[in-house]
Amino acid sequence: MMAAEVDDYRDMLRIRLIEEELLKCVQDGRVIGSAHLCIGQEAIPVGACRALKSDDPVVATYRGHGWALAKGVPPVQFIGEVMGRDSTLNGGRGGSAYLSSPDHAFMGENSIVGGGLPMTLGLAMAHQRRATGLIPAVSIGDGAMNQGNVHESLNMGSVLGIPFIVIVENNGYAEMTPSTDLTATPAAVRAAAYAIEAIEVDGNSASAVAEATRRARELAVSTQRPVMVEAHTRRLGGHYSGDAQAYRPKGELEEWGRLDPLTRARSLLDPTVAEATYQQVVAEVTDAFARAAQLPAPLEEEAMKHVYAN
Amino acid sequence: MSTPTDAEAITYIRAINLALDDALAADDSVIVFGEDVGIPNGPFGASKGLRAAYGDRVFDTPISESAMIGAALGSSMAGLRPVVEVMYADFLLVAMDQVINQIANTRYVSRGKITAPLVIRTQQGSTPGSCAQHSKSLEAMFAHIPGLLVAVPSTPQDAYSILRGAIDSDDPVMVFESRRLYPSKGTLRRDPDPRVGIADVVRPGNDVTVVTWGTCRPLCEQAATTLAGQGVDCEVIDLRWISPWDSTTVIDSVARTGRLVVAHEAVQNAGFGSEVVSTVVEALGPRLLAARRVASLSAPMPASPLLSAQLLPSAESIARAILDTIGEQ
Repeated sequence: MMAAEVDDYRDMLRIRLIEEELLKCVQDGRVIGSAHLCIGQEAIPVGACRALKSDDPVVATYRGHGWALAKGVPPVQFIGEVMGRDSTLNGGRGGSAYLSSPDHAFMGENSIVGGGLPMTLGLAMAHQRRATGLIPAVSIGDGAMNQGNVHESLNMGSVLGIPFIVIVENNGYAEMTPSTDLTATPAAVRAAAYAIEAIEVDGNSASAVAEATRRARELAVSTQRPVMVEAHTRRLGGHYSGDAQAYRPKGELEEWGRLDPLTRARSLLDPTVAEATYQQVVAEVTDAFARAAQLPAPLEEEAMKHVYAN
Repeated sequence: MSTPTDAEAITYIRAINLALDDALAADDSVIVFGEDVGIPNGPFGASKGLRAAYGDRVFDTPISESAMIGAALGSSMAGLRPVVEVMYADFLLVAMDQVINQIANTRYVSRGKITAPLVIRTQQGSTPGSCAQHSKSLEAMFAHIPGLLVAVPSTPQDAYSILRGAIDSDDPVMVFESRRLYPSKGTLRRDPDPRVGIADVVRPGNDVTVVTWGTCRPLCEQAATTLAGQGVDCEVIDLRWISPWDSTTVIDSVARTGRLVVAHEAVQNAGFGSEVVSTVVEALGPRLLAARRVASLSAPMPASPLLSAQLLPSAESIARAILDTIGEQ
């Protein structure tokens, strides 16, 4: 057994357990508002962040908890931010769907579908000009493939020769409608229309995503152009925390649940190691929630600060 | 490129060209881009000669305003000072998500850990024959958005100084230039202008305060000159910026004159003139004896000059409004 497999399981499990507890928090009022969970998709951020440099900037979506944690954002501060506390991330200004931590090269979630693509193009433009050697990556969902922001940015990145990685998390649903009902052609076909390489990968395997992202990063560097990774996965929950999912065909969740990346990651481990890892992460997450709840509330007088520089 | 001497009058568009040139020379992190901005030298000549002088720091983009403006945001987040040109203000409307949902929130939500020191330059307003998709004056829409700074220069000096100040600003700035004033001339001091949000008293006076910006400034000056011959002494104030805006200068002036006219080319309905009048009413109450707004009538702008003249403010309509305030006690 490889240490990498234990790491993958641990990192995915941490995301899963934190999100499951956050769902309870939404339901019992410890979190005010809603949350868009990535349950079932954890292998994508965990795998991709293995392949990216730690300083490679990452832009995510409102389903971005996994990305923040995979970039190394401390769980206590992350949970505190979602709870609206005075976290070191956004001090309660971001919440579940719009948090960021540039100290961890996590340039932020984005609550506008496809809205993060143009800024990623710009980040890449700056890193290319400044010759930092960093390659920005952006996660979007399959639904974002129907947004103009995405297509404008892919075309502009292609013609201007700007290297960045677009990771399309194809989780089967564009919010509450099957993405196949809404999308004329697959993401990879659309990438080809912009002369962009696309790598399709099993998004429920962290090691496969890591390998695909590694190849994508190498291609971005060698060609100085955008590269797409389409990671096929399954969303094992609602679009958001309050989604009753009445639109799901009967039996779909059970069927999709058999592909759960976490079950798969655990099956690769020695059962004793797996159980020890599980217990360790449970303890870590329990402790993180307890500490997050102790973070102070934001100060009321902070509300009008930072609108402008002065 | 020839450089004008201090005493030589230059056009508004040339002043912008010089501001971009000087900013590119002063700071390696400045980049300039947009549609036809590089090799074609800019659709109105704002970037004339800059591609030749600064190479790929001045470049052309696809006709993709969202990607352009988002690219300005991302590159500003990572240490550059981008200046993106949007050919007509009307075209901002296809990229509103990037301006309002993305750029304007950046500093606030991150508590200043991520910032967006970028400039969006555009030009606006009606010129004879321009259709309803090439003639809107949209500054009030953006002044409504916390996190954005909004400038409305009306002279070559302000076109230069405000743009230099905007590029040096650590906040995102939208500069709404006046296409109609591009050929107008004035002399130039080539200084960056740190006076963000400060108005200029263009003409001091004691009877009526006339607040304006952008394309309407010369009309207000013309009206003031005409009325001076009739014994009416107007104080004309060019706001230069509408976010933030210099309410202090305006309130102090109206406290003396008791009368206020606000003139802008944008339509009157929910225009920024309403904000100016409301602010003065709140500050002065009954000491404000009379107020009028002069603005375009609230219709889409027709292409025919005969029709557009029916909607646009003029020196005459401004003069009538000024006289109206005098008639009221």
